[in-house]
Order: sequence, then structure tokens, then C-alpha cells
Amino acid sequence: MAASDTTTSDATIALDVFRYRPEQEDEPEMQRYEVPYQKDWVVLDALNYIKDEIDGTLSFRWSCRMGVCGSCGMMVNGEPILTCAAFLRNYYPNPIRVEPLNYFPVIRDLVINMEDFLQKLDDVKAWLVPKEEKPVSEGEYLQTPAQLAQYKQFSMCINCMLCYAACPIYGQHPNFIGPAAIALAQRYNNDSRDDGNAEREEVIFSHEGIWECTLVGECTQVCPKNVDPAGAIQQAKVSHTTDFLKSVLMPWGKRQK
Amino acid sequence: MGEKAEMTNQSADTKTKEYIRPMPANWWLKKKSYFLFMVRELTCLFVGGYAVFLLVLIYRARGTNSQEFAALFDGLNHSWAILLNLVVLGMALYHSITWFNLTPKAMVVWRGEERLSPMVIAGSNYVVWAIVSILIAWLAYRIG
Repeated sequence: MAASDTTTSDATIALDVFRYRPEQEDEPEMQRYEVPYQKDWVVLDALNYIKDEIDGTLSFRWSCRMGVCGSCGMMVNGEPILTCAAFLRNYYPNPIRVEPLNYFPVIRDLVINMEDFLQKLDDVKAWLVPKEEKPVSEGEYLQTPAQLAQYKQFSMCINCMLCYAACPIYGQHPNFIGPAAIALAQRYNNDSRDDGNAEREEVIFSHEGIWECTLVGECTQVCPKNVDPAGAIQQAKVSHTTDFLKSVLMPWGKRQK
Repeated sequence: MGEKAEMTNQSADTKTKEYIRPMPANWWLKKKSYFLFMVRELTCLFVGGYAVFLLVLIYRARGTNSQEFAALFDGLNHSWAILLNLVVLGMALYHSITWFNLTPKAMVVWRGEERLSPMVIAGSNYVVWAIVSILIAWLAYRIG
């Protein structure tokens, strides 16, 4: 991967990297590194080059290098992006500024604390709550393609947290459940095999849930998997509002869940 | 349970101090889409304000004869009033168009496994807008 035989040249590109070493400094600082410019390199390749060849103390998360694991999301020139998908050629010859994902506490260098997000996934019960547990011997929970289509888009989320780093609402109100967690809650709410709506309701339909969102829409713009969390939140607003109106206007009708 | 609590304590002990980056007050000036979002939020003040203005106008027009009714509008012939109306018109257009274009986010119509095209959902707003505008214009023309 690293030794590209097609475009090897003497050209370099500068990376301004966010450094924060809690044991030696109270305030972060930017550190500049010059790395070889390779047309087929992404920012993650450049960071790995720095770590291997220039400065082994640089810390960052990564794993799959192919946009599946969701580990390597960072702010590149102020935009939240998977660094494995951020080609140097899109920035060359200008320097590239690499910072940890916005709004999350920084543990070290480019590594953020994602505890808050994991807690929120837990809060919204982002897993299948089956209508009825049945023994394996009774076979699968069947689903039609049309039922699958209802939630498939939301199920593509890779938990990369770019949407949180793009959301100024989350920046200002850290209690906001946020784009990915709500999209994943909707992923299960819309699943015909799931019966957890009532359990998720309290968190999702609260002020910290969907009603905190004012539809900036940037979560959807930066999502590398086209999940459209902004859509998930607005659709939840509509269904919650229609449920509420039904219960007010037709109190004799029982709510579905 | 006990084991889990122990583990949490342990991680709390080894925790180093984290750096929390402050959110700048001018965050909405740092990206075009954030700015356009703030403009959309601002337009609601103009739309709401104009609605109040119209209600006050209707309130004052109750039981007036045609002369008094015309007098109500005299003050609105000033160039500043026209300018203000134009500004509000611009704001209302921006407000309506941006929200119309966002309707497909909130509204999903399924036809089997396919979603109805967002263009159709957003476009239907404009069709209804045109029909309602024509109806109102026709009514105003007939009454006037």
C-alpha cells in the first residue's frame, strides 16, 4: 500500500496535527509534519507514515482502512471525515489540518473519549427487542423485503460519530441523544420483528431526544454510509406527533403500541 | 455486577485529564451550511412578525366603512413600508422554499420496497402552493 510505484516523487505535503499530551501540557498545540505526497495516499496513510517514520508518540485510532470499522473519523480541515477516505490529492498542495472529532473530550492527540456515545446507544436500546422470545427450534423470525426496506438504510450505521462532530446542537447541548443513536433507535423501531418502541419512547421522544434537533442537516451530509440520521429524526417527530394528535382527537382509539 | 463496578472504578483511577474544546460563539460563521441554517432560523421571526401584523390589520378593519378601510392602508404606501414588505417577502420565500425542500426528510411514502422520490414529495408542496395562491388571487380579484 505505502510503496506506490506509480506516483513516487520528491513532492511532500504538510500535515498540521493536533497534539495533546496530558502528562506534559495543559493546552493542546498543533505540530507540523512533512510527509511524502503520494497520489493514492489518504490522510490515514500519512498519519501512519508519521507514526512509523517520524514521530512514534502520535496517537490515533484506526483499524480497517476501508470505511467499514468507523474508527478513523477525524476533523480534516474542519470537516468530520473518515481519514481512510480523505485522499491527500484533494488537499494538495495545501497543508492539511488534522484534529480529533469535534465536541468529544480529547484523551490524547487525535483520540477522543466516546463513552458518551456508547452510553447513548445503551440508553436508546439500540438492539432488537423481540416481540416474543422463541426457541431456536421454531426457526427464524421471518421478514418480507418490503419490511426490510423500512429500516435497512438506518442499519448501515458504523458508529463512526462523524454525525455528532457535525452537529452544533450536540456541541451546545451534550445531553442531546444525537443523530446516530436516534437513527439506530429508529432502525429497530421500524423493524417488524422488534417490539421495543415503548421502551425507547421515553428517551427518544424527550426534549433531549428528537425535539432538541432543529434540523441543521449536517449529520446527513457527513455520513459516510448515507444513513440520513436527519431524516430518521424528522420521521420520528412526525410519527410521534401523529400519535399524540390521535390520542387527543380520538381518545377512544387505542394506541397501537 | 460486582465485577463490573470494580472494572469501572479501575478505569476511573487510571483516567488522565481530558481536554474539552470550547465551542466558539461564532460557530455558525465557520461553514456555509451552518450560516444558511441560521438564516433559516432567523426568517421565522419575520414570518411570525408579519402574521401578527396581518392579524392586527384585520382586527382594526372590523366594522369599518370603505373610507375608513382605505385609510388603514394609507400608512402603508410609504416607501419604507414597501421596502419592509419586500424584505419580509424575501424572508418568507427563503423560509418556505428551504422548508419545502426539507419535507422529504420528514415524509417517507413507501410503495412496496421503493420510496416515493423525494422530488415528488418536495414538488407537491410547490403544486399546492401554486393552487392556493391562484385561489386567493382569484378570490381577491372577485371581492375587489
